[in-house]
Amino acid sequence: MNLPPFQRLLDEHRVDVYRFLVASVGRQAADDCFQETFLSALRGYPKLRDASNLRGWLFTIATRKALDHWRVESRTPVPVERLPEREAPQRADGDPELWQAVRTLPPMQRAAVIHRYVLDLPYAEVAQALGISEDAARANTYEGRKRLRSMQEVGA
Amino acid sequence: MKLEEGWDDGFEEASRRAAHETLAAARSRSLVDIGYTVVDSPIGRLLLASTRAGLVRLEYLDGDPDETLEELAGTLSPRVLEDPERTEPARRQLDAYFEGRVRTFRTPLDWSLTHEGFSRRVLEATAAIPFGSVTTYRDVATRAGSPRAARAAGNALHDNPIPIVVPCHRVVPSGGGVGKYGGQEWRKEYLLRLEGALHGGG
Repeated sequence: MNLPPFQRLLDEHRVDVYRFLVASVGRQAADDCFQETFLSALRGYPKLRDASNLRGWLFTIATRKALDHWRVESRTPVPVERLPEREAPQRADGDPELWQAVRTLPPMQRAAVIHRYVLDLPYAEVAQALGISEDAARANTYEGRKRLRSMQEVGA
Repeated sequence: MKLEEGWDDGFEEASRRAAHETLAAARSRSLVDIGYTVVDSPIGRLLLASTRAGLVRLEYLDGDPDETLEELAGTLSPRVLEDPERTEPARRQLDAYFEGRVRTFRTPLDWSLTHEGFSRRVLEATAAIPFGSVTTYRDVATRAGSPRAARAAGNALHDNPIPIVVPCHRVVPSGGGVGKYGGQEWRKEYLLRLEGALHGGG
C-alpha cells in the first residue's frame, strides 16, 4: 500500500485541523495542540496500515490531543489561559460567548459538537474521530446542543 | 445556533505559521526523512530532495512535482515534507555551478535510489568525470567493470536520480553529437556549453 507524501496531508487538512483545535481548546493552546497532533501523526505515519481515511485518522489524533489538553486544564486551578484571550479579541470567533460556552461542555459533548457543526462531519465520521459508536456520537451532540441552548437562554 | 458562521480566513495564515513551527520541531526530532524544495535554474525548475544522508533526487520539473514525490514516498519513506532548509546545501552549490563559481559538487549524495552493482558503479564513475570534459558510454561501462556493456551503461545513466550533480550529461556517443538525455537534449547541450565542453553553433 502506498501512503501519499506527508506534505499532502498537511496541505489538505492543515486549516481544518487548526480550526477544530481553536474551537476545542482556544487560540492560546491551539498552536501547541496542532504541533503535537502533526508530530504524533508523523511518528506513526510509516506504520499506518490503512490509508483509506487519512483525514479521519488525523482528526482522531487531534481529538486525543484536545482531550489531553482538557484533562490537564481541568486539573489547573487558575484559568491562566483565559486572560490573554480577553486581551486579544478573537476575530475568528464569530460569537465569543457561544464559544466560551462550548468550552464549558463536558469533553465528549464538546468534541462531538465541534466535529458535527464546525467541521460539518456526518455522525459516522464524528464517531470514528472520537472512537465511539455512532449512537454515542449522536447522543453526545444532542446533549451538547441542548446544554448550549439552555445556557444561551439563561444568558439572554 | 450559529456555530457554522463567523469563521474567517485567519485560520489560513495562523495554521500556516503553526505548520512552519511544526516542521522545525519535526526536523529536530529526526522526523523528516525526505525534505524537498522546488528551485529555479537557467534550465527550468528543479525539484531537489534530500534525506539526512544527502541529496537523493534531482528532477527536472516540466509539470508539478506530485508524481516524483509519490515515488519517493513509496520507495524510501512517506515522511516527505517541503523543507528548504534540508536542501539548502545542494541548492547553494547548484546556484554557484550555474554562475560558473563551482566546478566540482561537494554536496553529500544519498545513493538509495540506485541499485548496488553495475548501475551504481556507472554513476559513481560518472560522478568522477571532471567539469568541462566528456567521455563515451563505452568508457563509462569500462570504468564500471564491463567494457562491452555500453548500452546497459546508457540505461543506468538514463535512470540517474541525481542529474547535473552526477554529471551524466558529460557522457556522449562515440560517433559524435550530444546524444540522448533523460531531461531533454537541449538541457544537455546547455550544460555542456556552460562547461565549455561544446563548441560551435547549434
